[in-house]
Amino acid sequence: MNQLNYIIKRILQIIPVLFLTTVLIFLMIHLIPGDPARLMLGEKATDSAVAALREKMGLNEPLTTQYFTYLKGLLTFDLGTSITYQRPVSQMLLERIPVTLSLTLLSTLLSLLISFPLGYLAGIHKDGPGDQIVRGSALVAIAMPSFWVALLLMLLFSVHLRWLPAGGWGSTPLQHLQGLILPALTQAIATSAILIRNIRNSVVEISVMDYVDFARSKGISERTVRDNHILRNTLISTVTLLSMRIAYMLGGSVILETIYSLPGIGKLMVDSIFGRDYVVVQALVFLFAFLVLVINLLTDILYSVLDPRVRF
Amino acid sequence: MKRRNLPPALVAPSMIAGIVIVAFVFFVACFPQVFTKFDPLEVNTKARMLAPSAGHPFGTDNYGRDIFSRVVYGTAIDLKIGIFGMMIPLVTGTLIGLVSGYYGGVLDSILMRVIDIFMAFPFTILVIAIMTILGPGIQNVFIALWLVGWVDYAKLVRGDTLAVKNAEYVQAAKVAGFSDRRILLRHIMPNVISSSIVFATSDIVLCMLTGASMSFLGLGVQLPTPEWGAIMNEGRAYISYGWWITFFPGLVMAVTGIGFSMIGDSFADLIRTKRI
Repeated sequence: MNQLNYIIKRILQIIPVLFLTTVLIFLMIHLIPGDPARLMLGEKATDSAVAALREKMGLNEPLTTQYFTYLKGLLTFDLGTSITYQRPVSQMLLERIPVTLSLTLLSTLLSLLISFPLGYLAGIHKDGPGDQIVRGSALVAIAMPSFWVALLLMLLFSVHLRWLPAGGWGSTPLQHLQGLILPALTQAIATSAILIRNIRNSVVEISVMDYVDFARSKGISERTVRDNHILRNTLISTVTLLSMRIAYMLGGSVILETIYSLPGIGKLMVDSIFGRDYVVVQALVFLFAFLVLVINLLTDILYSVLDPRVRF
Repeated sequence: MKRRNLPPALVAPSMIAGIVIVAFVFFVACFPQVFTKFDPLEVNTKARMLAPSAGHPFGTDNYGRDIFSRVVYGTAIDLKIGIFGMMIPLVTGTLIGLVSGYYGGVLDSILMRVIDIFMAFPFTILVIAIMTILGPGIQNVFIALWLVGWVDYAKLVRGDTLAVKNAEYVQAAKVAGFSDRRILLRHIMPNVISSSIVFATSDIVLCMLTGASMSFLGLGVQLPTPEWGAIMNEGRAYISYGWWITFFPGLVMAVTGIGFSMIGDSFADLIRTKRI
């Protein structure tokens, strides 16, 4: 019951933040210097076409009226029409979200698969040769630009070895997966480097805690001490960092989807910025913020499950 | 409890290596003409897409421009993005965090909501959204980094300020009748700044990577100005038969980042050992 209360409280806390982000995102289109309608249609557009778009977008209404129309649109999932594609934005988002979410999910899974064993072993064998190698690699991986890693992986696995496609989404689930491997690996390299450092350091710190010494002196097997005492506490300290990285990787989709031609919301964002399709940009910025808030919520819930001490 | 034992002697090698790398990069940024005789913008149709050789160690691009000299001349811009992208937020974020943590109350609650909003956006998306409003260009990359970067510093400093604001030495300073400004800047700040400074060294790398990503997407430095991210973006189209255009700027960027990270890590270790 306590836990349920906590979860409900957390959901209620999101509402004011979400509300304030809508104000900010709404103002975004008005902060762009110049007439948004003119910018969206381009220099060659006739005055009457611009006037018609202004009317359609409600730009002639007072700001507050415009804001409430915008808010009402968000609540009913009516996000306007794309100028470039002449389609409802909500429909376009629904088609593209699965791509970005699968990319982020696969990146997260790969990051965990790489970082936990390596970070854990490095921490247990602190200062040994393995630890040095793992720490050195992490140092290098953090400094590499993601788009550079993406291009090098493409060069190696697509151009030279021809194991994987150099981009595209394909039409079957297998092709989707093949298209996602390299961009996900790119994200995972940077993220696991950051996670490894955190996992390694917390294993080192936890290993010398009194409760770990106590567990050992009780005669509990080394394996149980490691699994139940060290690993679990490491997991707790990693969850928050991981959620921040997932949010960061969602943003990284903008670059990776562009390089690998994946039809997700990141690529749509870049295309819409260059196409001056501000209605789409606005909707996407909100969508990204919404996804991050959901991830943070899930993290806090997971946190309260993992660490029974957390009660607010 | 076992002490974290990293004696300064062990810390030193990576610190020195980091300083050497960073100092060298600074030198290249200040005196690019020492390292290359080619003009980074000079087009030479007879020398298009040449692979790396003694004459062109990093090869040439589709316009016959020497990649090595483009990378050398681009150093200053990338370094500027890293340093200034970090510096302004370090100052503004630290001041905001100090004031907010010290005075608390309504001001602090408002700040916390503002931070919540900033944290609701993925970092890259926030920077891109600001770039969309301001338009492409290098000066706007700086503005975007400044608008976004202060949040982390404010959070760090605010937390530490809350922890020390009731400490005895602060109480003593108050009793002595010192002004709030003096207490904040002379008594509290020196005690809360260390985590900000450690973060700042990794922030330089983050700013450099973000700046280069913006150029890579075509939102930052505009062609034909040489900048590492922009050069890599140009090389993208030729990746299958001109790998060197993309490979070398990225390599140089990674090494620079490693230099800064080494300094930052050693510094963090130093502070940690001092505390125990």
